[in-house]
Amino acid sequence: MSDLNVGDAVPELSVTPDKYLPHRYAGASGDFNPIHIDDEFAKAVGLPRNILHGLYSMGLVAKANAAIAGGDPCSLKRLSVQFRGMGMPEQEIVVSGTVKSADGDRVVVDTVAQQGETAIIKNAEAEVQL
Amino acid sequence: MPIKTDAIGKEWPATTYQVGREKIKEYATALGIDNPVHFEVEAARAAGFRDVVAPPMFAVVYSGPALGPVLSDPDVGMNFAAMVHGGQVFEWGEPVCSGDEIATSSKCLSIEEKDGKGFYVFETVSVNQDDAEVVRGTWTNIVRGV
Repeated sequence: MSDLNVGDAVPELSVTPDKYLPHRYAGASGDFNPIHIDDEFAKAVGLPRNILHGLYSMGLVAKANAAIAGGDPCSLKRLSVQFRGMGMPEQEIVVSGTVKSADGDRVVVDTVAQQGETAIIKNAEAEVQL
Repeated sequence: MPIKTDAIGKEWPATTYQVGREKIKEYATALGIDNPVHFEVEAARAAGFRDVVAPPMFAVVYSGPALGPVLSDPDVGMNFAAMVHGGQVFEWGEPVCSGDEIATSSKCLSIEEKDGKGFYVFETVSVNQDDAEVVRGTWTNIVRGV
């Protein structure tokens, strides 16, 4: 049996991506969409500035959930997210979660990634093998 | 004009990706993931992996490129300029390690119009060199003003 019960909060993950994080993530992921790496381009298409990759933010949600199982890369079995508000570089992201269901060593965690008042990922559901 | 739905059910042939140690390190570093199993062969082998193992979301690196030809397929007819990534699901199977060769095939699951927006849902299935499934992805793209 796991130590996690329905309704328990899981440890928060706080990260403040620096100005150049979208460039490093672009290189790592292969997604060079200019809205992520070119501030002038982003503004020209109506965005406030260059924005974070949604899949980077999802990567943080995955990291926070794998951390529940000590960072074991095999612990995360399923992750479902909806991308909502835009994520911005140079602002703190807080990933938090609550155990929705627990079945033996398998837990489902409802997770959200927030920047201030904005949920950049919501309704995220992670299935983690502890 | 009603949304074009010709591509529903269409399948695209697999594209392949050769997984390497340095790419795994680069991805883990960008995400601030510091577990040594992503960086050191010895640590990965001690934990029971064949080689340096990829973090789960490394799935975007090997499966994402398979969607390139899908999104630009005229049968799909998607307006890129108005496209946003609306949702994503990954279901993981066997772990992915350096040295693996991953083949990812794609399929269009649905195209629907709702509230003036187009919802395009694609599935990717990625298997390793032993034909074991490593990840199944469901990608939802939303196009405004269809």
